[in-house]
Amino acid sequence: MITSFNDLLPLLPLLIVTATSVIAMLMIGIRRSYIATGFITITGLLVATLVAVSMMGWTNQQVTPLLIIDQYSLLFTVVVCASAMVLAVLSFPYFFELDDQREEYFLLLTVATIGAIVMVSSNHFVSTVLGLETLSMSLYGMIAYPLHSAKSVKFPLEASVKYLVLSAAASGFILFGMALIYAQTGTLSFASVTALPASGLGGGYTIIALLMVVSGMAFKLSLAPFHMWTPDVYEGAPLPATAYLATIGKAAMFVVLLRFIQISDALSFDSMVTVLTLIAATSMLAGNLLALLQDNLKRILAYSSIAHMGYLMFALIAGHYVTGTIAVEAITFYLIAYVIMSLGAFGVASVISSSEREFDSITEYRGLFWRNPLLASTFIAMLLSLAGIPLTVGFIGKFYIFLSGVESGLWMLLGVLVLGSGIGLYYYLRIIYRMFMPEKHAQPFRVGGVESVSTYAVLAILLFLLLLFGVYPAPIMSIVATASAFI
Amino acid sequence: MILVVLISILFLGGVLAWLSEGLDSRFPRVVALTAVVIDLLVMMALVGADTEGAGWIVQLNAQWIPRFGISFHLAADGLSVLMMLLTAFLGIIAVGSAWDEITERTGFFYFNLLWTLAGVIGVFTALDLFLFFFFWEVMLIPMYFIIAIWGHENKNYAAMKFFIFTQVTGMLMLISILVLAYFHYIQFGWFSFDYFDLLKVNTSSAIEMWVMLGFFVAFSTKLPSFPFHSWLPDAHSQAPTAGSVLLAGVLLKTGAYGLIRFAVPLFPEASMQFAPVAMTLAVISILYCAKVAFAQTDIKRLIAYTSVSHMGFVMLGIYAWNEQALQGAVMTMLAHGLSAAALFMLAGGLQHRIHTRDMDHMGGFWAKVPRLSFVALFFSIAALGMPGLGNFVGEFLVLLGAFQASIGLTVAAAFGLIFASVYSLWVIQKVFHGAYRNLDFDDTHLYDLSRREMLYFGAMMIGLIWMGMYPQNFLDMSAATLTNLLNETEQLLFAQGSEL
Repeated sequence: MITSFNDLLPLLPLLIVTATSVIAMLMIGIRRSYIATGFITITGLLVATLVAVSMMGWTNQQVTPLLIIDQYSLLFTVVVCASAMVLAVLSFPYFFELDDQREEYFLLLTVATIGAIVMVSSNHFVSTVLGLETLSMSLYGMIAYPLHSAKSVKFPLEASVKYLVLSAAASGFILFGMALIYAQTGTLSFASVTALPASGLGGGYTIIALLMVVSGMAFKLSLAPFHMWTPDVYEGAPLPATAYLATIGKAAMFVVLLRFIQISDALSFDSMVTVLTLIAATSMLAGNLLALLQDNLKRILAYSSIAHMGYLMFALIAGHYVTGTIAVEAITFYLIAYVIMSLGAFGVASVISSSEREFDSITEYRGLFWRNPLLASTFIAMLLSLAGIPLTVGFIGKFYIFLSGVESGLWMLLGVLVLGSGIGLYYYLRIIYRMFMPEKHAQPFRVGGVESVSTYAVLAILLFLLLLFGVYPAPIMSIVATASAFI
Repeated sequence: MILVVLISILFLGGVLAWLSEGLDSRFPRVVALTAVVIDLLVMMALVGADTEGAGWIVQLNAQWIPRFGISFHLAADGLSVLMMLLTAFLGIIAVGSAWDEITERTGFFYFNLLWTLAGVIGVFTALDLFLFFFFWEVMLIPMYFIIAIWGHENKNYAAMKFFIFTQVTGMLMLISILVLAYFHYIQFGWFSFDYFDLLKVNTSSAIEMWVMLGFFVAFSTKLPSFPFHSWLPDAHSQAPTAGSVLLAGVLLKTGAYGLIRFAVPLFPEASMQFAPVAMTLAVISILYCAKVAFAQTDIKRLIAYTSVSHMGFVMLGIYAWNEQALQGAVMTMLAHGLSAAALFMLAGGLQHRIHTRDMDHMGGFWAKVPRLSFVALFFSIAALGMPGLGNFVGEFLVLLGAFQASIGLTVAAAFGLIFASVYSLWVIQKVFHGAYRNLDFDDTHLYDLSRREMLYFGAMMIGLIWMGMYPQNFLDMSAATLTNLLNETEQLLFAQGSEL
């Protein structure tokens, strides 16, 4: 129970983001100003990030039964707030020329971030659902945002409705699973699942309950075979919203899944292991294989995110077989790496696009390296990182996953991982090769939206982090190791 | 420290070369040449230097990722120094061969060239397996760019194939490295990727063979050996000349180096069990690829297949695992580095002049370009193993050593020498002898070798003659390393044998 002000302190990042959204809303009510709204959002998220960073190392506390504020949730609060800030910076020039009301986009982005912060801090089904729905509801709006723009060629409405219907169905699955668990245990805390009877009265429902929860989450993570919506939604949504869905949306959901699986020890049921193994293997293969056939950058990144979630799933299963926290560390590190490289890849695409004109066919990247070497180098670094090539954070992430795989002795899945990554190289290299082809016409590359120094600065920071964590990962590794001990 | 200097000169030189393009498109080649020459001069300090214990001339060990016991451990012994010298020498040659050929985007080209070299030097000196893998991959990406950007008509396919082959097998090696580190964790209680720590790991379990195979597949793909060789002809025929020089001269040697340094010493038992298979694969490489070479009409593909054939001798020598055979393998690596690089430069030079690689269109060039033809003849007979030149010494020693290990396979491998004479002389006969033929190509640019080109080829000829006439210099440099390795594995085998 919250009885004093001190009990509220651990929630400070959450409160700051909430306050940001309220201030931004009032601001819009008084006077519409795109620049001011954007500034408030970015500042609020920056302050929340810094506060969360300063709280790391000493705040470990359960605030109400719903939220746990420990090193792990703080680490991901930092990741979520920082990524949201990056996306706000990238969104600013992207939506600058939209011929519709533009300010509310930032409102949606901030509210979505509130949901994500709640998710990464939740160890209770109620907070999970609250956070998840806050996040999803805002995302429906973000995906459909350029709906009234006359010049928009994409299908934001189709994407949004598709996501709405399927996501609501998935939420239904999760809720039904929770209800079954509640029926047996009488509480909604993750920890209560350990008390589930594996046999005897009601034992038959345990597996069904777990499967329902996990498949609902797998849908949100776009794991195969629940991945069908991903490419369409990615393609139809405006780029910054796609990036939000792909990075923060996935990372927050995975943190919940990780806590749920680890605390509830759901993998002690053999059938759960079988199901998750199948999900991981099909995701790794399907994601990488289907990406081969695509020519649209957003669709390629959609399929590649399916594969990456498969890699993470593999580490999650490995967590059941290893002693120590290596698998949790692997997941944590890989999630951070995944957020950085996806933000970078979507960021580059978003910099050269605008809400009126998206450059999302890979043929449009032809010759980018010769026309804009800095932007292209950043993009190449991000793609190589997604492929897991050394010097980048993606390699260290792969290293972690391989290591937890080796320790767990899951050789079959390890083989699938190697196979999947091998196939994956092809489509990453295909994009890179395009960028090196001689350009057809030598005019300078037009940057979409408005030119803005801040977007380049953000991309530069992402590139710097990508290389820093790839070449000298020791500091971030120790942060990850400390945080992982709290799971 | 000197090793860090060697690597950073190349990394920094690459960046400088790229930047200098902004001033003038001819600056990058000068910067690149300067960087490699300085590197070679710095390396000279290591030649004949005193060795601290166990043959190591210099060592540098700094913590890198303490969480997993990964250190920045570089060291060089005689073998590393030999390989580094070869790298720097061929680096200069590669810059030379690109001097006039690469006219577009020169800055980025020399950047990639120098970064490849830096990665290779790293591979030859890394003694931490994580660091080794790191460099192993670092040398791939710039090489991919060299083929994909400056290559010929089918460059995308060739570059992609090269990258996927080496990267996928590289991942298998990474898994093997991790398993080995995990064994160390189980046996000693902490993670380590250090070479000397991992040598102590007792690997005599059922899984050892699989772990060893992870290394073997990665190295024999790079070598390359049958059945993992199919990327090489594509990569070579599409790569620009400088790329071919680096590929044939240096990158292939990293595979052989890896086998000598890591695959066999880390898994002595599994390697001894596996040796007959590996030697058989080597013999198949030698004979099969010699046969396939004979069937080629594309001159670069032909040379690429002969490369596979000659590298088969290296693998044969390594798995015979005795002093003569290993010495022979190292000699073959050096001599083949020079002769194959020279042949690729000649083929590249021809392509640059007449824009075709098809030998059916060529004939009787001796009359038109006598110097080029003479140089081609020299390196062809070097490659076929003429006594007095480096390749003969290497292959002879390999056969001598392999004879002690397996008579049957050695006899079969020796036929490789005969096949080599057949295809080499066939090429000479077809392209350079007879009446001048000109089918379907523009011969207005068919000039003879320039003075600068003669300088490069002359330097390589001297190298080959030196190796052939007085190989002792080279043998002495690697001898300490090789005897050490032999003794260590013998002790390990003996110790494990007595336990049983």
